[in-house]
Amino acid sequence: MSRAGALLAREIALAWGRGGGALVAAGFYAGTATLLPLAIGPEAERLAAIAPGAAWVALALAALLSLERMFERDYEDGALDLLMLAPTPLELVCAIKCLGQWIATGAPLALLAPIAAIALGAPPAMAPLVFACALVGGLAFAFLGGVGAALSLGARRGGLLTAVIVLPLYAPPVIFGGGAMDAFSGGLPWGAGFALLGGYAAAAVALGPLAMAAACRNALS
Amino acid sequence: MSQLGLSLEKLSLRRGGRLLFEQVELKLAPGEAATLTGRNGAGKTSLLRAVAGLVAVEEGRIGFGAVEPAQARAEMIHLVGHLDGLKPGRTAREELGFWSLWCGTGATSAAHAADAMGLAGLLDLEVRRLSAGQRRRLALARLLAAPRPIWLLDEPLSPLDAEWRARFGEVMAQHLTGGGIILAAVHDPLPIPARELELGA
Repeated sequence: MSRAGALLAREIALAWGRGGGALVAAGFYAGTATLLPLAIGPEAERLAAIAPGAAWVALALAALLSLERMFERDYEDGALDLLMLAPTPLELVCAIKCLGQWIATGAPLALLAPIAAIALGAPPAMAPLVFACALVGGLAFAFLGGVGAALSLGARRGGLLTAVIVLPLYAPPVIFGGGAMDAFSGGLPWGAGFALLGGYAAAAVALGPLAMAAACRNALS
Repeated sequence: MSQLGLSLEKLSLRRGGRLLFEQVELKLAPGEAATLTGRNGAGKTSLLRAVAGLVAVEEGRIGFGAVEPAQARAEMIHLVGHLDGLKPGRTAREELGFWSLWCGTGATSAAHAADAMGLAGLLDLEVRRLSAGQRRRLALARLLAAPRPIWLLDEPLSPLDAEWRARFGEVMAQHLTGGGIILAAVHDPLPIPARELELGA
């Protein structure tokens, strides 16, 4: 197995491991999606109008949950030092960590997203788009979340700091994805919103690792 | 490998605004070892981390003979410190296997290394269940699993019992015989012939 493959397998195992990072995120997501109708009221019509958007925002919040430990655990126990003593550039290490985060928590959340949207009253025809948005958006959430997690390395209450750094960065994908779903339910062309979401995710994948690596080096030195 | 070496030239290091040491000189050829001594906070760990490229130096130069520093740090250095990078929730086998792969070798050499460090019966235990000495042996097993010429060791022997101190002494002696280089921060002398560099003297 190659270095990169070994690291990816380790990251997924750590994210899934004890404490069940992915299951906790999924549980949080289900909880948020259940609380919304309780607060807004059970009228099916009102719920159906906000269903895709609510499912989408809850997803962004659930994606925040497991970010904190992403770099912190390797920073605290010295694994980050050792990861740097290899021919693999730190930028690639960071990208692999985010990819592992996406596979371990982003993908399960993406599977849950259409279920939550339909449960809130969205038309079933919308499920594929909700799933696609959640999958592509999840990639952006993982890579931008990684930037926040790396920047808050060594800070007290790092998890809270990560959320404060990351939430503004989550605004564009939430807007693009929400726009696409809104257009779809109104019978309008939704391709533009989805393409913007994809573009934003691609930019996050391309630029995020540079920022993460710089933040890690800064935290270590 | 014959052109590999380790040299510190007029090295000064500053951490958190405080000058730890200045004008430190050291030259190690293949087969040589040096111990770093000094009071707590003298900068022994920081010096090791600077050699590994994790900490920027204030002044001076760290050289690796004819080898480029970037290449030496990527492929030729092992660092074992009190932060051992081992995850408490994973088994010893998973952790040793991963770090062996990460340092460039496979599962067979990881198994050999585990045997040599007396870990064969412990591999299926979670790292959290290991004693401090067993955990250190697991960290040291990385040195044997993936052969790299330069060993940077931070208090390598402190949690080990008398038997394992002696046995790891033999391992270090073998490494030197094979042309390796050892730089170790210690409070007690190592059981191998080594030059002494006192920081903050």
